[in-house]
Amino acid sequence: MKKNVAKKMLTETKMNYDLNLLQDMYKKMLLIRRFEEKAGQLYGMGQIGGFCHLYIGQEAVVVGIQSAQIEGDSIVTSYRDHGHMLACDMDPKGVMAELTGRKDGYSKGKGGSMHMFSREKGFFGGHGIVAAQVPIGAGLAFSHKYNGTNNVSITYFGDGAANQGQVYESYNIASLWKLPVVFIIENNKYGMGTSVNRSSAGDNLADRGKAYGITSEIVDGMDILAVRESAIRAIEYCRSGKGPYILEMKTYRYRGHSMSDPAKYRTRDEVDKIRKTSDPIENIKSLLNKMGVEERTLKEIDTDIKSVIAEAATFAQDSPEPSENELFTDVTVN
Amino acid sequence: MTIKILMPALSPTMEEGTLSKWLVNEGDSISSGDLIAEIETDKATMEVEAVDDGKIGQLLVSEGTEGVKVNTPIALLVDSSELPHATIKKIADKPYLEKEKIPTRPVNEKPVSIEANSSLITVREALRNAMAEEMRVDKSVFVMGEEVAEYQGAYKVTQGLLDEFGDKRVYDTPITEHGFAGIGIGAAFGNLKPIVEFMTFNFAMQAMDQIINSAAKTLYMSGGQMGCPIVFRGPNGAASRVAAQHSQCYASWYSHCPGLKVVSPWSSKDAKGLLKSAIRDPDPVIFLENEVMYGQSFSCPDDEDFILPIGKANIEQEGDDVTIIAFSIMVGKSIEASNLLKEKNINAEVINLRTLRPLDIDTIIDSVKKTNRVVTCEEGFPFSGIGAEISALITEKAFDWLDAPVKRVTGKDVPMPYAANLEKLALPQVEDIVNACAEVCYED
Repeated sequence: MKKNVAKKMLTETKMNYDLNLLQDMYKKMLLIRRFEEKAGQLYGMGQIGGFCHLYIGQEAVVVGIQSAQIEGDSIVTSYRDHGHMLACDMDPKGVMAELTGRKDGYSKGKGGSMHMFSREKGFFGGHGIVAAQVPIGAGLAFSHKYNGTNNVSITYFGDGAANQGQVYESYNIASLWKLPVVFIIENNKYGMGTSVNRSSAGDNLADRGKAYGITSEIVDGMDILAVRESAIRAIEYCRSGKGPYILEMKTYRYRGHSMSDPAKYRTRDEVDKIRKTSDPIENIKSLLNKMGVEERTLKEIDTDIKSVIAEAATFAQDSPEPSENELFTDVTVN
Repeated sequence: MTIKILMPALSPTMEEGTLSKWLVNEGDSISSGDLIAEIETDKATMEVEAVDDGKIGQLLVSEGTEGVKVNTPIALLVDSSELPHATIKKIADKPYLEKEKIPTRPVNEKPVSIEANSSLITVREALRNAMAEEMRVDKSVFVMGEEVAEYQGAYKVTQGLLDEFGDKRVYDTPITEHGFAGIGIGAAFGNLKPIVEFMTFNFAMQAMDQIINSAAKTLYMSGGQMGCPIVFRGPNGAASRVAAQHSQCYASWYSHCPGLKVVSPWSSKDAKGLLKSAIRDPDPVIFLENEVMYGQSFSCPDDEDFILPIGKANIEQEGDDVTIIAFSIMVGKSIEASNLLKEKNINAEVINLRTLRPLDIDTIIDSVKKTNRVVTCEEGFPFSGIGAEISALITEKAFDWLDAPVKRVTGKDVPMPYAANLEKLALPQVEDIVNACAEVCYED
């Protein structure tokens, strides 16, 4: 009941949002979508190897959360990480060049799609083992608290990861030690090909925090303003020293789990219906329209983004492969 | 009827303890379950309960007596109806043991010589001192693990750290190795320097994914951005009578993985010098201790700046007939073996590896060129073990210098059995090293 009231209030106040903020969020979401479309295309051309997990459909989650963060907060996520990196303002050129395995990639071509990092931007990966990033995120929160900063750790994981044991080991310690960590479950309904209903007992993943005394919310992850509002609440809670917080984002990925996934576990209709009725970018676009932003302006934004992505793609294909000397570097610091 | 109350064994490795306090007096009537004494082992102080009902006839060991061997009679219990102690005193096997009459060290043990500016301390104390010294100079160093704080360490290695540094530096974790290893790694990514204690390395198997996939590989996968300055430490190798799941050497497992450094000390000096280096090291270090060694004393430098470099072996004893290569507890056994070999006119050189990755292959090869014969020693399984790797490296780098095939002394290729006789058979003994050395020297 309470939740419905909050949602209603949010809808009523939508028109009061700062236009610049909305436009920035729209740009970032669109940047992620166009980047992922290009990555899919390059994968099809054989320019990107291995696994490539696209974020299309989930853009509102990471952009909404990011809008509530401050300098020095840390972010850690799984292997579906391109969107998170772009949301952290990492350079699309460096990200794309890592996808193509080139020397100018964020990991000098040694990490690939699933393993990229930028200490400068507070992005701590990019982790390839399902749920491995969850205790790492709690550990980053530990370091924030230990150092006496008021920063928080934003720790993303999917509905598939939500059944791994270390998630609950992390909940337990985070709650005991009051670590400033927001656990964000990006529930896109499928852990690879297994629907959340077939893999996860109980009604909602967010409810699992109750056992550890962790406050949680279920959020419409397709509505960026709902995401932002919940992020402000969650992050404020953590910053004030009250301990961890869980946000379960109900979201959806349009593409397969990875590029080689034929997605036979769901119907085409299911995907189309969500695209038509709840696409996060269309949602904010229509809001911008209502607020008086002209279609021409939106078109210009799209054109600009497309050229940024085209540049990134060219850069990523022109950048040379890493030198063979790199094979034995970075194994240890000394 | 008189019952002898014996010094109890309170842990798998306990051989002796201190009778720190009697909680009863001669002539007291006691019932089964009553507390009768406090006994201090090298791990903990524990209260001892009476097993039988009766009256304390005589206390045979005085309070404060150290080095009381397990199974020594410590008191006599008489039937409540029997006469008071004065009349039964004569039935005691031994006179009342006074503190000074009990040697605190076994008489047959060679006295350890103390080097200049050094003290005789246990391996346990050396490890503790290393952590405390580094924590004093570097605020980013902290300790976490099961029972490391309030309990003072399951093996007392972290004793006193909570008192000195407080609960912002010393953290008791729940029993969730996977979770707290990952949290330690995250903290290291956040520029802290965690010391993560595993109660034993057997339990680190729960955390293997985080150690290998997250701690060891991330620097490489990030193109050098994400260093992970963390120490995972705890007892490794065979303990005593705890069977297959609690008694195993993981040296070869971790040494297999690029991105890790693997250190395994033998003496107190090794323990202090290497742990300090490990804590200062910018890479993840697996620090393999040995429970059986914790209580052993060695000369150890007092200097707070004393460190030993990672990646450098030490020749513990020079010789020119055969090279014995060992690490951790096997170094001591190798030195014992070398003493016995002198009777056979074989002069063995004993190399203490100290670090397994990166391996100090130069010291090994130099020694091979001198002795031309090699025996490797480890508690671990033979297949794909440390000895197998050393043997392969010697074959690649010094084949022409060998006068005999490299011989490996290892634990047997079986899970550790519980039965005392089988456990002894499964573990490499001094005699095995002696025989292997004689074999490569073609001596009987």
